[in-house]
Amino acid sequence: MIKIENVSMSFGDKKVLDNINLEIKDGETLAIIGGSGSGKSTLLRLMIGLDRPTSGKIWLGDKDIAHMPEKELDEIRLHMGMVFQYSALFDSMTVGDNVAFGLREHTDYSEEKIAEIVKEKLDVVGLPNTETMMPGELSGGMKKRVSLARAIAFGPEIIFYDEPSSGLDPIMTDKIDELIISTQKRLGVTSVVVTHDMESAIHIADRIAMIYEGKLIATDTVDNFRRIEDPRVRAFLRGLYIGKEA
Amino acid sequence: MFVRFLEIIGASVLELLYFIGDVMLLFIGAVKQMPVKIRPGHVIHQMSHLGVDTLPIVSLTMMFTGMVMTLQVANEFIKMGAESTVGGIIAIAIGRELGPVLVGVVAAGRVGSAMTAEISTMKVTEQIDALRVMGTNPLGYLVVPRMLACMIMVPLLTVYGDVIGVVGGWGVAKYYSGISSYVYVNSIPEYAVLNDLTGGLIKAVVFGVVIAVLGCYYGMKAPEGAEGVGKATTKSVVSAIVVIFMLNVLLSMVLY
Repeated sequence: MIKIENVSMSFGDKKVLDNINLEIKDGETLAIIGGSGSGKSTLLRLMIGLDRPTSGKIWLGDKDIAHMPEKELDEIRLHMGMVFQYSALFDSMTVGDNVAFGLREHTDYSEEKIAEIVKEKLDVVGLPNTETMMPGELSGGMKKRVSLARAIAFGPEIIFYDEPSSGLDPIMTDKIDELIISTQKRLGVTSVVVTHDMESAIHIADRIAMIYEGKLIATDTVDNFRRIEDPRVRAFLRGLYIGKEA
Repeated sequence: MFVRFLEIIGASVLELLYFIGDVMLLFIGAVKQMPVKIRPGHVIHQMSHLGVDTLPIVSLTMMFTGMVMTLQVANEFIKMGAESTVGGIIAIAIGRELGPVLVGVVAAGRVGSAMTAEISTMKVTEQIDALRVMGTNPLGYLVVPRMLACMIMVPLLTVYGDVIGVVGGWGVAKYYSGISSYVYVNSIPEYAVLNDLTGGLIKAVVFGVVIAVLGCYYGMKAPEGAEGVGKATTKSVVSAIVVIFMLNVLLSMVLY
């Protein structure tokens, strides 16, 4: 379980997150939504320890990662995977080497075994026989899928997705959404998805949390979330429904 | 007015101290990562990159430097009847000062800038975050191989550059100034001692560390965007060259 306790984050004088409290249960998919600059990506970076909060605690199980030394955090990160907004594939390596990266760094598996795992993970994300391709040869959607294959290669318990549908066409967005759902079902992982795409959030999540100007203003199951009367939530939802009815 | 002047001086000193502290932290962090994991493949890759990139320009720089040095020295020494010292003087000047400094400057321009550009691009495209997320320390993965490669290759290139410089000097001494090969070559062991070479090599190791650490530091601190990458690259080269010249004075005082 991930438990965020009274977390605030400031960059200089600017308060980006203000006293956030949130719990993410094991095996659930939580979508964190909010407009651009609302602080949702910052919250994600705090959860994986890429940034440290100004105050508050972030519990992963019984460990507070907010003030944990980097070396100890590295051990914990081996149980996490992350799909970055722009994929963050190592552009000097092939697709296969990207997916194999964590395995080569942190295991003593033979190259045969690593190749087997890489092939399996690339098959899972629907990109068979792409091991020798370079990231520069891939489309945006393919890069996202390789990024997911890399994230799941080490068998994580938690997967973080930062804007998985950004920059993708609607069909590819749907494909990525399906992949997030199937990965969650297949591996039983906890998924945290940061997105500004309400349609995706409703499609993939068990619960939705909304951040508005650095504050967590709503957290509920998808069905209940749609009925929230808070005008800030309604405004975000209306964007979706007006678009749909039109 | 005077208070404002003092404020500006104070702010500049503070900024310099922050910079030195930051660079030292990166250096110490990288040194601490060395016993954790050395990636020989990465070190060799960086070494070959460094060698291939800098060898031609080191050859040209050192050849012409040796030639022009001899051109100036030989004519004056012949007038004083001291042509039998020209080879030794050239070897000492190149071995102690010109070899390590010029190779350091060339490597800073050619390789330090490439390091900054590569690492800052990795930073901007979140590849460094991806390393951290996968439990890999970026200092161990990116800085250590580059530092080791520079510590090995800059001295090797310096030895090569020293030889090329002395050979360039011999060409001018023999064919322009009319000093015989025998006199030029024999004066080298007569005046130059092993310490001239080893002192230069110690300098080269230090310059190698400076190039790698500053190249990586500016890469990791680069601001977002293409402009940020460009600025970081320029700063990396300029500061590496300035630090090399400053340290050279200090090292010359200590070593000779």
